[in-house]
This record gives sequence, C-alpha cells and structure tokens, in this order.
Amino acid sequence: MSTTEVRVTATARDSARPPRGRAPRTVEQANRRLKWAMLTPALAFVGLMIVFPLAFTINLSLTDAFGAVNADKHHVGLRNFVDALSDVRRFWPAVKRTVVFTIGAVALEMVLGLALAMLMRKPFRGMRWVRTILIIPLLTTPVAIGILWLLILDPTNGVANHLLASVGLPRMEFLGSVSQSLPTLMLIDVWQWTPMVTLLLLAGLTTLPEEPEEAALVDGANAWQRFRHVVLPMLGPTIGTALVLRAVDALKTFDILYATKGPGGGSDFEAETLNVYAYGLTFDYQEYGLAAAVLVLFTLFIVGVVVLLRRRSGRKDAA
Amino acid sequence: MTASHATAAPRGRTGRRRGLAWLRAAAITVVTLIFALPVVWMFAAAFKTNVQVTDPRVGLWFSPTLENFRNIVEDGQILRSMGNSLLVGVVSTVLSAVIAVPAAWAVGRFRMHRTGSLVLVARIVPAISLLVPWYYLFAQIGLVGSYTVLILSQMFVSVPLITWIMISFFAGLPVELEEAGRTDGLSAFGAFWRITLPLAAPGTATASLLAFVFSWNNFMFALVFADDRTQTVPVALFNFISYASTDWGGLMAAATLITVPVVVAAVVGQKHLVAGLTSGASKG
Repeated sequence: MSTTEVRVTATARDSARPPRGRAPRTVEQANRRLKWAMLTPALAFVGLMIVFPLAFTINLSLTDAFGAVNADKHHVGLRNFVDALSDVRRFWPAVKRTVVFTIGAVALEMVLGLALAMLMRKPFRGMRWVRTILIIPLLTTPVAIGILWLLILDPTNGVANHLLASVGLPRMEFLGSVSQSLPTLMLIDVWQWTPMVTLLLLAGLTTLPEEPEEAALVDGANAWQRFRHVVLPMLGPTIGTALVLRAVDALKTFDILYATKGPGGGSDFEAETLNVYAYGLTFDYQEYGLAAAVLVLFTLFIVGVVVLLRRRSGRKDAA
Repeated sequence: MTASHATAAPRGRTGRRRGLAWLRAAAITVVTLIFALPVVWMFAAAFKTNVQVTDPRVGLWFSPTLENFRNIVEDGQILRSMGNSLLVGVVSTVLSAVIAVPAAWAVGRFRMHRTGSLVLVARIVPAISLLVPWYYLFAQIGLVGSYTVLILSQMFVSVPLITWIMISFFAGLPVELEEAGRTDGLSAFGAFWRITLPLAAPGTATASLLAFVFSWNNFMFALVFADDRTQTVPVALFNFISYASTDWGGLMAAATLITVPVVVAAVVGQKHLVAGLTSGASKG
C-alpha cells in the first residue's frame, strides 16, 4: 500500500518534470538543490563554532562558574554584569584604553593610508617592490613584530633612542613606562596596518572612472579641490570598508599587546584592553562567569560599533 | 607676445612637473624605508653577537655570525614548533578550503549575499568570546593540547576568510561556461567540478595561502589550546621571551626563522596576495 503510494507520487513527479538533464526547468531545480548542498557544510560549521558557543557564553555569564571547568556552577542572574559594570579598577579603564587605542590608531592609519595611496596612485618604476614591502608588515607574525619592537624601542639599548639622541631629542621610555606604553603600541599598530589601508584604497582608486576628474580639471579645479570634491566622495565606500575592517580588528587587538606587555598589560595594567582583560579573567584567574559577562558586553560593543560605522558610511554614499 | 607665452608656459609646467615627480619618488622611498627597515633590522640582529645586538651603534655593517641559529637549532623547540605550525596550517587550510570553496561558489554564483553575510559574523565576533566556551567544552572532553583542537579553532578563521575571498572570485566568473557544460550533458555538480573549479584554482591558491599565513601567525588560540608538545611558532617565540629574556640574538634568529617563509610568500605571490587581501575585504 505505502509502496504503491510512493511509486505513484514518484511517477507523478517524474512525469511533471521533463526527463533529467537538458531542459531548463530541471537545470534550475538541480541548481537550487546543489547550491544548498554546497552551502550546508560551511553554514553548519559556522553554526557549530559560532552560534552555539555564543549561546553557551551567554548562559555561562549568568552563572558563578569559577576554578575548574567541571566544578559545580549556579545561576546567579545578572550579578556578573553588575559586578563588571561597577568595576572602576579594571573594567572601565580597559574600556577606555580599548576606545583610545582604536580611535587613535585607526584615525592615523586612515589619514596616512589615504595619503600614501594618493602618492602611489600613478604607476611608477619599482611599484611591484614597494607593494611587496608593504605587505610584509601585515603578513608577519605579530608576536615576532612585538619582540622586534621591544628590541628597537629598548629604553637603554634600543636603536630608536640612539636615533632620537643623534638629532638632539630627549630619550624615551617607550614600552618601559606606564604612560608611554599605550601610545607606543598605537604607533606599532600604525606601522603594521597602514599598509593594509593603503593597499585597500589603492585597489579602490584604480576602479574609479577618470571622466569626473578630467571634467573638474577642465573647470579649473586645482589638485586639492579635485581630491576633496571629486576623488574623496567617489572613494567613500572603499574608505568606509577600510574603516570598518580596521576598527573591528583594532578593537580586538591582542597579540602585540600580550607579547610586549605580558598578562594584564603590564605592572599597572597600562596596556590592558578589553581583550587582554577578558583573556586574563578566563585563563589566568579562571573567573569564567565574570569573564563570560565581560565577553558578552565586549561583543555587543563591537557589533554596536560596526552597525554605527556602516550606517554612517552608508549615509556618506547617499550624499 | 602670444607666441612667446605659448612657448614659455609648457616649459615652466614640465619643469614643475619634473620637480613634483622627483618629490613623489623621494616621498615613496622614505615611506617604504620606514616600513622595511624594522624588518631588515630584525634580520640583521639575527646574525649579530649578543653584544652587537644591544649596541645601537652597530648598524647594518658587521661581520655576521651563525651562532644564534646554531643555538636555537640545537635547542630544537623552534624547529619542533615550526613543524607543528606547518601541520596545523596545512590540515586546517585544506579542510577549510574543502568546505568554504563550494559555499563561496553557491553564494557568488546565485548572488545569495544575505546568506553570504552570515560568514561576516565570524569576522566581527571577537575570537576570545568563542574561545571561552570552546575551552570549557574541549577541556571537559580532554582535547585541550591536541592537534585536533588547534586545527578546529584555526578553521574558525580560515573558513570565513576563504569563503569571503572566493565569493567575489566566483561572482566574477562568467556563468555561460557552466551553462555550456550543462547543455553538453554535465550534471549541476559536474559542471561545477569539471569547469568552474579548475578556473577557480588560482583564486583558491591565493585564499589558501592567506589562510595558511594567518594560521602560522595565530597566537591566541595556540596560547590556550597548545601544550609543550603541540605548541606552534608564536607561542614558542613568546615562551622564548620569558625564558631567555637576555638572549636577544637567539630571539631575533627565531623571529627571523619564522618570518622568512612569510617574506618568501610575499615576494612570490605579491600580486595575488594583494588581490586576495583586498577582495576579501572590499565586499565587507
């Protein structure tokens, strides 16, 4: 009985459809089936590795998990969030450092990156070598970069102070001092990531049409006016993309901070951003519940920044 | 009057233009040196004695020694960790490409950008907020310290990266070739396998190379999940700072050793890597 039913539906479906292979309707159906088959492994992976862990983190943030990972834990409501948000000794300074580091480093990178991209816009001899050199900082292992700068910026034996002295400038403590650590780390970030902004903007510049600029030239606009009123608006979407990318990555910076300043961002937590703080809470102090709460806040913060930046750059597109 | 003006103006302009071109060349040279010199300094320091490394007056002219390299090779930890990084990088990249390339094809070929942007979530969410639950779960099943966890966690970075680069690659391929294959009797999968995939080989190579480099560089996952036996290069280097804080020569030799493959990749694949980095980013 059931077998016949299955057979009937099968034949009905077969006859409703042209024979396998060539007819366009089948191609479309085959495509539809195939595209979901091709997507499923990746979507399943993303779901398993991201959605599920995030749900787990949210759940963990509502418990008093501490110490061993298989220790008993109890739900404590929003206590971890209250504890984090009322912590003016570690949490809020870390938020402030994260914001200062991100805004400072990314702003410099955008300005320098744009200037460099404009400088390199017209092809020149040796362009290939310059581009090769530019991608080396952003492909190099961050821990190696951190160690390299520790050597260069060493307060007593570093070559940076030697150079400063040779032009008559005072010696600097750089990463050796509490007050200069964060600005120095921002400059290292600028050294490492300005090339990325430059390469992105160069790619954007090559796709721009030439006519608007030629028209402005004919109208007598000088170089600065052409840049300000023609190139810059057309480059808006690319600048927006570069800004979002850099902001997201700068907010999450960890490797260089940890490699140069160690756990807690140094003796006075001077380089402790939210990322370093959350890492320490989890893996040095095993405060899993509190750490999870900080991570939920951190994630919301980053998502908020992305939404804000995308909306703003979207408005720029329209203008 | 008009004639003399006409002849004078161009000469003045070309003179100024030549001056500007010279200024531009100088500016580009200075900037390039700023980005290149620190890395050159690292390579140079690897061949200096410990006394020379910490003497800033010793510039780039000195008689090089291989002593630092001999020491770290004898110690063995850096070479072992390079082996670990190679293993984790290759396996995670291959597995990621196997699941990411078909997904990117589906998104790029059928313009499913909403579905594709799900992958973007993985770029935004801070890795550490996933690391905590992974650690929690993997510690309970006793997997922390294993290659499996290192490979799985690395795939979290590689799958979105490869997908993102390949979406724009597939979107740029003409659909007609695939359709021609279909009319010649290939199945939907057959057309993808026999026609589109071979065309996508260069893009896949670029994306995979980038994924491998990011795996080679990844510090945080390895810091949490690797043990002494499975530690990868960034962790081995980091441990080296705390254990041998005065051995600058050894540190620079180790840093050089792990940077050389990256520099080689940059020189060989310069054009493709830039294209990959920017296409992976420009749709963000």
